Amino acid sequence: MSDVREVTLEELRHLVSERALSGETMLLNMGPQHPSTHGVLRLLLELDGEIVVNCIPDIGFLHTGVEKNMEAKTYQKAEVMTDRLDYLYNIGNNLVYSMAVEKLVNLDVPPRAQAIRVILTELSRIASHLIWLGTSALDLAAMSVFLYGMREREYILDIFELVSGQRMMTTYVRPGGLWRDVPVEFEDAVRNFLKIMPKRLDEYEALLTKNELFLDRTKGIGIISKEDCLAYGLSGPILRAAGMAYDLRKARPYSGYEQYDFDIPTQTDSDIYARYLVRVEEMRQSLRIIRQALDTLPFGPVRSNNYKFVPPPRSEIGTSMEALIHHFKLWTEGFSAPKEYVHAAVESPRGELGVYLEGDGGPKPLRVHYRTPTFVNLQALPLLTRGHFVADVVGIIGSIDIVLGDADR
Amino acid sequence: MLVEWIIKSVVIVLFMTAGFAYVTLYERRLLARMQTRIGPNRAGPFGLLQPVADGIKLIFKEELVPHNADKLIFTLAPVITVIPALIITAVIPWGDTLTIGGTKITLYLTDVNIGILYLMAVTSISVYGITLAGWSSNNKYALLGGLRATAQMISYELALGLSFVGPILIAGSMSLLDIVKAQSSIPFILLQPAGFIIFFLASLAEVNRAPFDMPEAEQELTAGYHVEYSGMKFALFFMAEYIKLIAVAMIGSTLFLGGYQGPFVDQFPILGPVYLFAKVIIWLGVFIWLRATLPRIRYDRLMAFGWKIMFPIALLNVLVTAVVLVLVGG
Repeated sequence: MSDVREVTLEELRHLVSERALSGETMLLNMGPQHPSTHGVLRLLLELDGEIVVNCIPDIGFLHTGVEKNMEAKTYQKAEVMTDRLDYLYNIGNNLVYSMAVEKLVNLDVPPRAQAIRVILTELSRIASHLIWLGTSALDLAAMSVFLYGMREREYILDIFELVSGQRMMTTYVRPGGLWRDVPVEFEDAVRNFLKIMPKRLDEYEALLTKNELFLDRTKGIGIISKEDCLAYGLSGPILRAAGMAYDLRKARPYSGYEQYDFDIPTQTDSDIYARYLVRVEEMRQSLRIIRQALDTLPFGPVRSNNYKFVPPPRSEIGTSMEALIHHFKLWTEGFSAPKEYVHAAVESPRGELGVYLEGDGGPKPLRVHYRTPTFVNLQALPLLTRGHFVADVVGIIGSIDIVLGDADR
Repeated sequence: MLVEWIIKSVVIVLFMTAGFAYVTLYERRLLARMQTRIGPNRAGPFGLLQPVADGIKLIFKEELVPHNADKLIFTLAPVITVIPALIITAVIPWGDTLTIGGTKITLYLTDVNIGILYLMAVTSISVYGITLAGWSSNNKYALLGGLRATAQMISYELALGLSFVGPILIAGSMSLLDIVKAQSSIPFILLQPAGFIIFFLASLAEVNRAPFDMPEAEQELTAGYHVEYSGMKFALFFMAEYIKLIAVAMIGSTLFLGGYQGPFVDQFPILGPVYLFAKVIIWLGVFIWLRATLPRIRYDRLMAFGWKIMFPIALLNVLVTAVVLVLVGG
């Protein structure tokens, strides 16, 4: 442990203002165990009364070494780790990793698999936004919305369980397609959800959108200009609430998003309320995409038939020698990827989720790096919170929609 | 006479403490119902033994005192908070005079002719408990909670006090019994709608209930002033809060909803406590409903609301009431 660098207190003094050193302002440690830091974010707040003079975010309490661990696993096995990153957008994490692998080894994905991927990632987006809606409303003490959001999220998790056998850690999207085709009950389950959800969204809006107390707590708070958003590299609903219609689903369509008709909601106020409106509208747009994808869901295989990279179906193993060999090779050694690097990105509920994947010619990746939206968006927290009340800090953290698993890989 | 007083005092204190336990259950069950949950239903039928289980748990919990806390004040603070809450209901009439076998029993502990002043004086004491708890814990969150509580109470006590003036003027007395009797034909909520609304809002702030629960503000200050308390000391704060909740509901019912008045209460005085009880239940239900629905208002907005809106309206209400009374009463 010789390379642990010791930092003296002197070196950290610049983080707080002169007034904190003289005791004029109060330093308040918020987190890592605090109900409103959404996990284990730690904030060092410098307070003048209840007004935030400075806010220093401190991350790393949920660091699990996922990226490093992935280097020690074959391409298929490493995918299981990706579920654990952004634990509210598991299918999207799978998807972006699979897309990177597909790019690296040139795999085609059948159209049916593409459409199911879209349906599931959009469901995942709604589930994530429901958690965001609930927790950020809970941060402002509107506690019922949280439980209503959880109720609807349950439908989505049931659908995930139906298709993959798991509620959250699905690993359902695989390089080259999907693990298996969706069961017959899938369509009814999704249609049922599509029928219920719009009414429920109206209910949430009835509780919050025109609620005077909610408006009071969200309007004009946590404003960031479009220029600052771009300078900090913020993406997702924060950027769209600042007036820029940037969404990877439109800007660089993947998985066949170009076939579907949907809008990118934007707002111009760039405060907590604008982000709220953007996310609520995004849920409606997601429902629109799911409906279209389900209506036009093509029949056909859900996995590439390139058995060098995709395990052959179980039925063929008993009859085909070649399939047995492929199966054996894939699950013992894995497939080799060229010594190249690729980048793939999807629009996560929080912003741009990118993955950089570098192969070393063997069956294991040389480097996997996730460009996670939470990590980047958290940078703006000091800027957003300065000059606001402590009570608003929790609202602002909620409006960024942080998932600490996403920030600390 | 003394024996009667002692019996009544014991009954009131026991009622309030048992009431506290069951208000927590009522709140948890009703809140659960509103939030598509079930709520505690395991201990006893309908979860009726849940408060007992909670109480036993809290009694056997270790009581921690922070290392640098001011131990005397730290221990004293919950007591200062809970005692005013317990004695507050002494002046509230539960009913009129009941005759059992020739003995007349009054269904109230005492009828002080300055009952309302007593209420205001006693409710003001409990804020000391909260402030001292926040200060003595030697914790920054607790300190912020304590400061908020002080600021909040000062801003609301005035509006609360002024909302009492309407009923006093109409009834022409500061005795709560007289105020209830003056409402035998028409409850004061119809004569004093503005006063009622001010009382309702101010009393929410007074008992630190949502949306005015800033001193606790779980999401911001984790638990505010009682963040360092554990075991029975913690329970005492909760006890004070819920007893005050019942007390405020009782005061509100007495001042504006006709107290123990109701149909046939003249023939059967025993109905008095039943009516009062029903009104208190409804009142508490509204408090719980608000908690389930509304976000918390921000601390500075609460102060602005208290001083800039509630206080002037309360003053105006007093003025209008007085002028109308002079004109009508001649």
